[in-house]
Amino acid sequence: MQNDEIIYKINQLLIEEIEIDEDQIRYDADLKKDLGIDSLDFVDLFVIIEKHFGFKMKAEEMSDVKTLQDFYSYINNRVNPN
Amino acid sequence: MNRVVITGMGIYSVIGKNLNEVKDSLYLGKSGVILDPVRKAMGFRSALTGMVERPVLKGVLDRRMRIGMAEQGEYAYIATLEALKVAGIEQSFIDQHEVGILFGNDSSAVPVVESVDILRNKKDTMMIGSGYIFQSMNSTISMNLSVIFRLKGINFTVAGACASGSHAIGMGYLLVKQGLQDIIICGGAQEINPESTASFDALNAFSVYESEPTRASRPFDRDRDGLVPSGGAATVILESYESAKKRGAVILGEVVGYGFSSNGEHISLPNVEGPKRAMLMALKDSGLDASKMDYINAHATSTLAGDSNEAQAIDEVFGKTKPLVSSTKSMTGHEMWMGGASEVIYSVLMMQNSFVAPNINFDNPDEHSARINIARETTPAGINAFLSNSFGFGGTNSALVITKFSH
Repeated sequence: MQNDEIIYKINQLLIEEIEIDEDQIRYDADLKKDLGIDSLDFVDLFVIIEKHFGFKMKAEEMSDVKTLQDFYSYINNRVNPN
Repeated sequence: MNRVVITGMGIYSVIGKNLNEVKDSLYLGKSGVILDPVRKAMGFRSALTGMVERPVLKGVLDRRMRIGMAEQGEYAYIATLEALKVAGIEQSFIDQHEVGILFGNDSSAVPVVESVDILRNKKDTMMIGSGYIFQSMNSTISMNLSVIFRLKGINFTVAGACASGSHAIGMGYLLVKQGLQDIIICGGAQEINPESTASFDALNAFSVYESEPTRASRPFDRDRDGLVPSGGAATVILESYESAKKRGAVILGEVVGYGFSSNGEHISLPNVEGPKRAMLMALKDSGLDASKMDYINAHATSTLAGDSNEAQAIDEVFGKTKPLVSSTKSMTGHEMWMGGASEVIYSVLMMQNSFVAPNINFDNPDEHSARINIARETTPAGINAFLSNSFGFGGTNSALVITKFSH
């Protein structure tokens, strides 16, 4: 999956599954402060990402994931490790 | 001691999704019982059940508020919305006052089944998601509604089997009466699904009169063959008279007595003495003589032993004046954890509209029910005071006395 496909898919999942407002989706949006994604939402993201991208996120890998751009990169690095 | 009044009611029931629909169904003697083919396919002995459609809350509540709510929480949310509207209580009022919640509930089967199924399938609890734990607990309703409505008062669930809803109102009445809380959202809710009733069907307790579902729930009738499980939610808002007066609230009725007891005998078979003690205690608490009761909303679930024992208990307490008796479970089926609260609402609607709803399907009495005054048809009646019974597994008994309000 290409990077821009990954970005598109993540955005769609955030809008449809986590019900984030489409207007809030910006690459520099802070996941917690701007998008309101809290610890419980992260629990659900674990399930959603596994279902749609085929891998399991790890809590210890999320500490540096602060913005939406960080999240895109994290997923991209797991999907396209090379 | 405060006077405890009812200022709000809301209902989501198999006989109506709001107070008006329910009032009409009660008056017309309309049943909410159906045959559910899914249960038959699953292996149920009885596929009879009350049924109500799930409300659609997407667009009404945000995702976080919805995701932790089980089916019965959705019903309770709708019922509580109506009750708060009837009470004239807006969110801004709740934000500035301590409003509590005491809700009756005693199960939440489906979320437990689904979450464990995921675990067994995926072998990883990280695949379960964030909602199931909040849906799974018996306190799921009080937990969720206290967050949704930003409540700051008493907050817990009352679990007393089929007397849960009634005990919730009783406990609320005691707290308001003692001045510990001005306003409490009380109620009861019950999930409707095969997972929660399979082990109950295992007791051979359900009616198998599947050829005519609306005729299957026949409390007190000689030919009754068991109960029909049902559900939904009912909310009753209790308030101190002083608080109601200060707000200019319309008062729907007054809770004047709460009686309770335990049978101390069999876990599922009721007796006569326990319910009788609960009724006498409620009357004593109310300060009203048995002769003042105009109507009794019976617990009677359409079981052989239960209905007989209750008829005997009613006869022993009320034999001299023989007030009108009906079991609304003839129409709704057995609403279980919801029943005690919904039946208060059904009775208040009757009181407001001067009729006693029929105990439908009562074709022939047995030797015990012949001794009490069962309303076979919708009966015009001025009701100034009624008594509502709820009894449950483990021999838990609850009785409430409610009157019209007078200054």
